[in-house]
Amino acid sequence: MLRFLVPLGMFAALVAFLWVGLGKDPSLVPSPLIGKPAPAFRVAQLHDANSQIGNADMLGKVWLLNVWASWCASCRHEHPLFMELARARLVPIYGLNYKDKREDGVNWLSQLGDPYVVSAFDADGRVGIDYGVYGVPETYVIDRQGIIRYKHVGPVTMEALQTKILPLVKELEI
Amino acid sequence: MKETLKKLADHRPSEGRGFVQGFLRNVVFLVGLSFFTSLAVAGEAQPMAEDPVLEKRVMALAAELRCLKCQNNTLADSPSELAHDLLHEIRTLMQSGKSDTEIVTYMVARYGEYVRFRPSMNQTTALLWFGPLILIVGGAIVLLITLSRRRKRIAAAEPLTDAERTRAAGLLNKKMNDGAGEAGT
Repeated sequence: MLRFLVPLGMFAALVAFLWVGLGKDPSLVPSPLIGKPAPAFRVAQLHDANSQIGNADMLGKVWLLNVWASWCASCRHEHPLFMELARARLVPIYGLNYKDKREDGVNWLSQLGDPYVVSAFDADGRVGIDYGVYGVPETYVIDRQGIIRYKHVGPVTMEALQTKILPLVKELEI
Repeated sequence: MKETLKKLADHRPSEGRGFVQGFLRNVVFLVGLSFFTSLAVAGEAQPMAEDPVLEKRVMALAAELRCLKCQNNTLADSPSELAHDLLHEIRTLMQSGKSDTEIVTYMVARYGEYVRFRPSMNQTTALLWFGPLILIVGGAIVLLITLSRRRKRIAAAEPLTDAERTRAAGLLNKKMNDGAGEAGT
């Protein structure tokens, strides 16, 4: 009896592992930055080349950093959700305009609406590299102490917002 | 290549100097062509640093790092823009005197362990490194145990009595005779 049960058990375990593996998205790579201080940056603002913005400016509040670009189709996809979130005033959203042309970025926002408090302008993608950005859009939740608490790769969905991001923001704001 | 050259040469007037000159002209043309082709290809690839030694080092390290945009490619052979930027980053870091290990640490700090094509050895990757060894050794142990048990079982089995032996021989003989009979008909 055992000689049949043992291989059967091993097979079942293998199937279970493969089954779980199938459900995972291989393009989602866990970020090593979670739980670490957000990499420091200080760059020009998208709308005003003469003013700067840096992560240090946001110390003391919980905020979202959304990496976007006018050339990024998925950004357009998630954009209405950010507009709604900005209207609800649940959490301040800062943009990082990644590898874009300044005028393209500005036009994009004036056409579709601007959910961001400020957008930082990362023309050469240097800030993106420090944040380990590999697929725009990406969204980071950063706490009052400037620690990255969560990273969402790809367009933020209503589900991600309601089940992950907003509960986390609420928890961090207490 | 030789065939092509010959064919081209054959189109030239085939007497004396004219032939040689035509042939040489073709060779020069083809060599020149191949030179420009390689230039064009180089233009599509990553821009070279001025220092070929450094560039070699950049590409060697880039071949060890995964491009997260197209995950089964290395940074060296990925065509994505991110890979291009990261190559540039590696080049800059090398120029500022960073060692290969420092650069890998830099990449891992940003993109995670996943960027390494050769995972480092630590608690989470221990199973990955030693798993196959454990499986082989485990399998060998199971095999040895099974074999020794079997040997013991055979040794412990009671030997046949004379009567049983005669009966077995009889049965075997009968079977063999039957077989022969069948074969004969």
